[in-house]
Amino acid sequence: MSTRFTSIQLTFILLGSLVLLFIVAPLAGMFLNTTPAQVFETAREAEVRDSIWLTIYTSLAGTLIFSVAAIPLAYLLARKNFPLKKLVTGIIDLPVVIPHSAAGIALLGFVSRESALGKMGSAFGLNFVGHPSGIAIAMAFVSIPYLINAARDGFSGVPVRLEKAALTLGASPRRVFFTISLPLAWRNILSGLILMFARGMSEFGAVIVVAYHPMVTPVLIYERFGSFGLKYARPVSVLFIMISLGLFIVLRWLAKEKK
Amino acid sequence: MAGERKKMMLELRNISRRFADFSLQDVSFLVERGDYFILLGESGAGKSMVLETIAGLTAPDSGYMFLDGRDITCEKIQNRRIGLVFQDHAVFPHLTVGENIGYSLHSARLSREKKHAKVKAIANELGIRELLARRPGTLSGGELQRVALGRTLIQEPSILLLDEPLSSLDTRLKGDLRRLLRAIHRKGQTILHVTHDYEEALSLGTKIAVIHKGMIIQSGTPADVFHHPKSEFVANFIGVKNFFPANLVTEDQVVFAYICNNIRVRIVTDVPGGEGFILIRGEDILLSTLPVETSATNNFKGIIEEIVPNAGGIDVTINTGIELHALITRDSLEKLGLRAGNTCWVHFKATTVRFIIN
Repeated sequence: MSTRFTSIQLTFILLGSLVLLFIVAPLAGMFLNTTPAQVFETAREAEVRDSIWLTIYTSLAGTLIFSVAAIPLAYLLARKNFPLKKLVTGIIDLPVVIPHSAAGIALLGFVSRESALGKMGSAFGLNFVGHPSGIAIAMAFVSIPYLINAARDGFSGVPVRLEKAALTLGASPRRVFFTISLPLAWRNILSGLILMFARGMSEFGAVIVVAYHPMVTPVLIYERFGSFGLKYARPVSVLFIMISLGLFIVLRWLAKEKK
Repeated sequence: MAGERKKMMLELRNISRRFADFSLQDVSFLVERGDYFILLGESGAGKSMVLETIAGLTAPDSGYMFLDGRDITCEKIQNRRIGLVFQDHAVFPHLTVGENIGYSLHSARLSREKKHAKVKAIANELGIRELLARRPGTLSGGELQRVALGRTLIQEPSILLLDEPLSSLDTRLKGDLRRLLRAIHRKGQTILHVTHDYEEALSLGTKIAVIHKGMIIQSGTPADVFHHPKSEFVANFIGVKNFFPANLVTEDQVVFAYICNNIRVRIVTDVPGGEGFILIRGEDILLSTLPVETSATNNFKGIIEEIVPNAGGIDVTINTGIELHALITRDSLEKLGLRAGNTCWVHFKATTVRFIIN
């Protein structure tokens, strides 16, 4: 690799640096405007701690529960051709392209007490609206495409010959899936799970419609900003970003270790 | 009849399969117990497709397959008891060599120790015992081939299907693996081996079927197919009509191949001795009407039996105690005035004779 740069490469470096600055500068500004003491103080508030914990576990639960159906769907998409496959692929990407507040409105109708799902929930004494389960559903709705697409890429990367070889060795299709396809696609699936979890944690628009209370951290940040102003919203934001980043660095590292 | 049935192993009856740009047409052949059956054909002739059909990875449009008299045309892949070794080995990259070899033992009702013992026994036989804990990513092509073989053999398949097992190996490893395959066959394993290489076919096969454009165009013993190619394609594809079982002997540092009737041919080879085949291309044989001096060290007198024109020129058959085929031009034929029944001299250089060890 050459260490010299042509003028076009220098231009690209300059433009690239601007983009990086654009991402880093606002975050750095927020961090610089917040003292460690303020962050510490905020972390001691029960309301903040509860909300961060709620955010983590609802997103985690949504990710894990929906992955049970999302991973098999990804396998089908990777391996089978069927009528309207393109339509199905398009439907999966829908949550990414629609406004998330609109997604929240749609979901609210879907999970409210009058809906079929809501009635089913009520029968078990469960009301999705304003409940962690509703939050998990809203988070999963907007973040599930990340998992499905990553898992589909993972399964597509598994050579069909390996699955065929396993079949000729007397394995049932179920055993082939669990011992060959799934382990070989696992790196992609894991990275999809992490992405879905992260995306779910940061969701605001859909969650606030389905459940203003209990407050997930993005809603709490918004509420503090609305009620008290920028200065009061900053420490929670900094704390939440730090926790999220820490969590994902650890998860990524664990995923790498497993390799 | 009972005896015949006992010998019967795998039978394909009019297997056809149509693809967008290719089709298998009425593929029929019979592999008997203990055969080393070679399916010989150019790449793209449909060889791998035949293997995949037998293994059940693709279903035929029509036709039947029987394994020991049992109709397996629609049998589930995992119930066929057919071992298939893929051309690219298809060793599972996330499992160790030992786990790969033991993969099929999952359903067998064996204790852990017995499974381990079985894996070790197979690994010993294939010379990969010390690799059991390794990951496939760190293995060479020859080692992967052995892992794939071991993984298949451990399930004691009725028939072992090999898809171009030697194609990805260098010359030395090819020799090693040929010896190994012969040893496996000698132990009684029935084998169906697919290749595009006629030397491989001669060196290993007890039966040969030639496949071309999805059709079996000839089958029989190696001698049948090589001596009496049924069609021009077979003759050209095999390319060699002069092939003889021979015994290699070194006398005073000169290597001779003894053919039946004690006819000996001088050859140049690194092989010190042993049983095998010699091959001489028809183009490499010179004819003369007089015993002329040439640089060729193999000179025989013989009688012209037949003169047949074919696509490559004129095929002249000369009986010198063995039947030799010389390929010459029409000009040469007219210049020498060769006629069936005439006496003529045959010359070829020791370096043009190829030896294939058996």
